[in-house]
Amino acid sequence: MLSFTLALGAPTPTRRRWFGRLAEAWALPLLALTAALVAFGAFIAAFGVNPLAAAALIWRGAFGTWFSLQNTLQKAAPLLLTGLAMALPARAGLMIIGGEGALVIGGLACAVIGPALAGFADSAGGALMAQTLMLACGMAAGALWLMIPGALRHWRGVNETISSLLLNTIAIAVLNQLVEGPLRDPMSLNKPSTTPLSPALMLGHVPGLSVHVGLAFGLILCIGAGVLMQRTSFGFATGINGGNPRAAQMVGIDVGRLILIACALAGACAGLAGATEVAAVQGSATASLAAGYGYSGILVAFLARHNPFAIIPVAVLLGGIAASDGLLQRHLDLPDATVAVLQGFVFIAVLAAETFSGRLRLWRGGRRDG
Amino acid sequence: MADLGIAGVALALFGGAIRASTPFLFVSLGECLTELSGRINLGLEGTLVCGAMSAYGAALLSGSPWLGVLAAALVGALLGALHAGLCSLARVNDIAVGIALMVLGTGLAFFFGKPLIQPRAPMLPALPLCPGCHFAPLRAALDINPLFLIGVALAFVLHWGLANTRPGLVLRTAGDSGAAARAMGYAPLLVRLWATMAGGALAGIGGAFLSLYYPGSWNEGLSSGQGLIAVALVIFARWRPLACLFASLLFGAAGALGPALQSIGVHQGTYLFNAAPYALTLAIMIATASPRGALAGAPAELAVTR
Repeated sequence: MLSFTLALGAPTPTRRRWFGRLAEAWALPLLALTAALVAFGAFIAAFGVNPLAAAALIWRGAFGTWFSLQNTLQKAAPLLLTGLAMALPARAGLMIIGGEGALVIGGLACAVIGPALAGFADSAGGALMAQTLMLACGMAAGALWLMIPGALRHWRGVNETISSLLLNTIAIAVLNQLVEGPLRDPMSLNKPSTTPLSPALMLGHVPGLSVHVGLAFGLILCIGAGVLMQRTSFGFATGINGGNPRAAQMVGIDVGRLILIACALAGACAGLAGATEVAAVQGSATASLAAGYGYSGILVAFLARHNPFAIIPVAVLLGGIAASDGLLQRHLDLPDATVAVLQGFVFIAVLAAETFSGRLRLWRGGRRDG
Repeated sequence: MADLGIAGVALALFGGAIRASTPFLFVSLGECLTELSGRINLGLEGTLVCGAMSAYGAALLSGSPWLGVLAAALVGALLGALHAGLCSLARVNDIAVGIALMVLGTGLAFFFGKPLIQPRAPMLPALPLCPGCHFAPLRAALDINPLFLIGVALAFVLHWGLANTRPGLVLRTAGDSGAAARAMGYAPLLVRLWATMAGGALAGIGGAFLSLYYPGSWNEGLSSGQGLIAVALVIFARWRPLACLFASLLFGAAGALGPALQSIGVHQGTYLFNAAPYALTLAIMIATASPRGALAGAPAELAVTR
């Protein structure tokens, strides 16, 4: 069979096993990323573009200057949350790809409740309360939305991947229908939108940065979810269910409750991403709420191997690639879909790298199964 | 003509259903083949869009729309081979690979399709089934694309072939039990490779219909998710090619309902009408799924129904 040995020496069962596993958790995605970048370089080289020049531009557009770094963080903020929306149910063994729909529904809920709270905007305390309420509504709506595929899976045996995919389309249709129909602000002429939020209710920036607070929410939730998954009995039970649902049932875990909680947390994260998109960026709900953050979140989660802590660097990396989009277009005359091609390469390489899991020996006495 | 009323809606619905159902038909037959071999390809949306782009480009360069259809089938088969190849690796999840191919396929299509948005490619001709009809809406409704007829014939051929030919039996065996196929001397991975490639080719042809007949242009918003919905449609049709045909017609009709109603002045709810097939699929999945065991008629090796 395929073997991939980077270090020589006989494998011995060992106390350094954890190190091998840690090294593998880093090495596999890095290996995949490198392979994808090389393949992408060859791809654009075929179009007469110097890959090194492209790499330099991506670096400059993503992390090279203070401005581009802030741009990267701005792009990473929703990815942190939609990455969690994919990763949390995945830990419980559910492949729910409904982040896009939950984001849209969360944003819509925030945009509906926001104008109704305009009366609170006068005092600072009132504004803070209204903002909290708006975000909470977005999170609740997203949570309820993603609980649908989880509940259908558990109680009806409906495949959660397909139901969540269908729910995405339904959510986007509901958004478009409401934005162009009953909820349309008569003042929005060219681009239909809901009634805009009062400026006093808009969310501010992270102190010291010109990046909206969604970044802080994302970081806090990633760390919180990481602690939840790796340091609590709930996370442990989730992992058991993800590994073997029958075993989870055998040891008396309430699988239905576990699935619903995981889905609700995931939906709340995606809903919060939508709510911050409305309350910090756009000011109202428009068709552009469905900008694909939910789908990019799937890639983020896979690259992070569904580890909430790892979502942070991965989201920043992919946010950086997205942020360098404009530079690539302007300087190298590449179409705007170039970044999507790169994402596709990365995604495929990451999945293909899974086949090496457990077979990569970076350290003497790494895992020897396989 | 303006006061045709309900009859006009019915005619528009009929014509629209046939037009709108053709991509559904091809993609769902392709997905049906792939799933019967025991693997699910969620990436057919990417294949469809890529097929649409390559069909348009090839038709533009060669001047022949039928060469465009061929190019779309080839590109679809290549993407299918990529999917099958990746899924043959141990521990690689076919659902995730499908999502990845959706991203890659649409990305590649938009990348290569950028210069194709402006020029006009030659379109596939329509077969006028009632050239003598004086009644314009009827004539329009009976202008049928040959691809639709090919698709219908294919549904019948698959229906017969899956039950009565050796390749059909091998395919279904690989889908129901890889071990049994191996015992018969067939490698299930190889069977799935062929099935996924055939499925990809059909999805590519579905895309060619979009760009070369209806709506008949290339742009980035060309597909309205036909590739995604085909996956659900196959489940709806319970992995039976003939049922795929009827389901495609039904879905096409649902999609045609919005424009047909618009023609008599009902402008409300276009988006909801477009989403109706998705909601319908979900409702059917909920109604027919069972909390215990797989769906009736599902290939036993298929991951999504376990």
